Amino acid sequence: MAVGMKTRHRNHSTWWAFALHRISGVVLALYLPVHFQVLALAMDGEAVLDGALKWSDQPLVKLAEAGLIFLLAAHLTGGIRLLALEFLPWRNWQKSLVAASGGLSLAAGLLFLVNAF
Amino acid sequence: MSEILVVEIWRGAEDGHFQSFDVPRLENQTVLDVVTYVQRKLDPGLSYRFSCRVGMCGSCAMTVNGTPRWTCRTHVSRVAEDGQLQIAPLRNLPVIKDLTVDMRNFFDKLAKAGGAFQSTKARTDNFAQIPPADPRRKQADAGIECIGCAVCYAACDVVTWKPTYLGPAALNRAWTLVNDARDGMGDKRLSLVAGDDGCIACHSQQGCQEHCPKNLSPTAAIAGLKRSVAVAALKGKL
Repeated sequence: MAVGMKTRHRNHSTWWAFALHRISGVVLALYLPVHFQVLALAMDGEAVLDGALKWSDQPLVKLAEAGLIFLLAAHLTGGIRLLALEFLPWRNWQKSLVAASGGLSLAAGLLFLVNAF
Repeated sequence: MSEILVVEIWRGAEDGHFQSFDVPRLENQTVLDVVTYVQRKLDPGLSYRFSCRVGMCGSCAMTVNGTPRWTCRTHVSRVAEDGQLQIAPLRNLPVIKDLTVDMRNFFDKLAKAGGAFQSTKARTDNFAQIPPADPRRKQADAGIECIGCAVCYAACDVVTWKPTYLGPAALNRAWTLVNDARDGMGDKRLSLVAGDDGCIACHSQQGCQEHCPKNLSPTAAIAGLKRSVAVAALKGKL
C-alpha cells in the first residue's frame, strides 16, 4: 500500500514528458563525445574508420542507434513543445502535444529501425 | 462496498509514522468525513484543519493515497484502493503535527510575488469599466478562483527541489494582477517574479494544473508571466 506513495503525484503525462526530456538530454550529451570520437577516427585513415563503421553494423548497435534516434526526436519535439508552451498563446491541449511529440519520436525511432536491417 | 475502511493516518511531526484506524464505510463519504470520524470517535488527539466543508475555504488539503487533494470534496469511493486509504500531510510544507502543516511559507510567497492589489483610485472615484470580453480581463478571470489550498504547491517538484521557488499559487496570483487594468504596480510586479525564484524556475511539469481542485491552470499563468518578463527584459524595463 505504501509503496510508491511518495512519487505518485508525478504519475501524469506532462511529468513523464519532463522526465523524458531530462533523461534524453543527459544521454545525448554523454553520447556526443563518442560520436565525435568515431568521426575523428577518419584522421587515422580510411581503414580505421571503416572498421568502426563495420562494427556499428551489428544488430545490437543498430538497436541502440534506433534508441538514440528516439531520444534525439523526443528531445527535439519536446523542446519545440516547451518553446510553444512558453512563447505562444496558451492552449489547453498540452497533453495532446505531449502525445504528438511522443508519437512522432516513436515513429522516428521505428522508421530508423525498419530501415536498419 | 466493504463495511470497514482501513485508514492509515500520519501521526507526529516530520519524523512521525502512520497509524492505522478502522472506520465504518458509508455511502457518499468524503475523506474529510473519515478524518473527522477518527478524531471524534477514535482518537481526539488527532490534529487536522477544515472549515467550510464545501470546497471554498482551502483549509482541508491533505495527501490522499499519495496525491494532494481537497479532502472535503474528495469522495472515498473515488480514491480508496481495496478498501484502504493513506492520509498524510501536504508535501513541501513543514509538518506541525499529524495532518496540519505550517502554511506560512506558502502565504509569505503570495506577498513576495506581489500578490497584493495596488489600487490606482480612491473610493470617491467612479468604478473602473472593463468589458467582460476584454482579453486581459479574460486572462485574469481564468485564475482568480484560487482558494489558496496549497495543493498545487504540494504537487510541485520544483518547490521540493528549490524551496525558495515562489510556487504555482503565488505566480498565478501575480498573473491575475498583471492582467488587472485597475492595478497600479505594473513592471515592479514583473521584476518581483522575474528572479531565480520566480516564473523562470518553472519546468512546466504541470503538476499544479493536474492536481488543482478548482481546475485552474497555474502553468498557463506562469507561461504568461514568462512571456511578459521576456518582453519587459528586452525593453529594458526590469
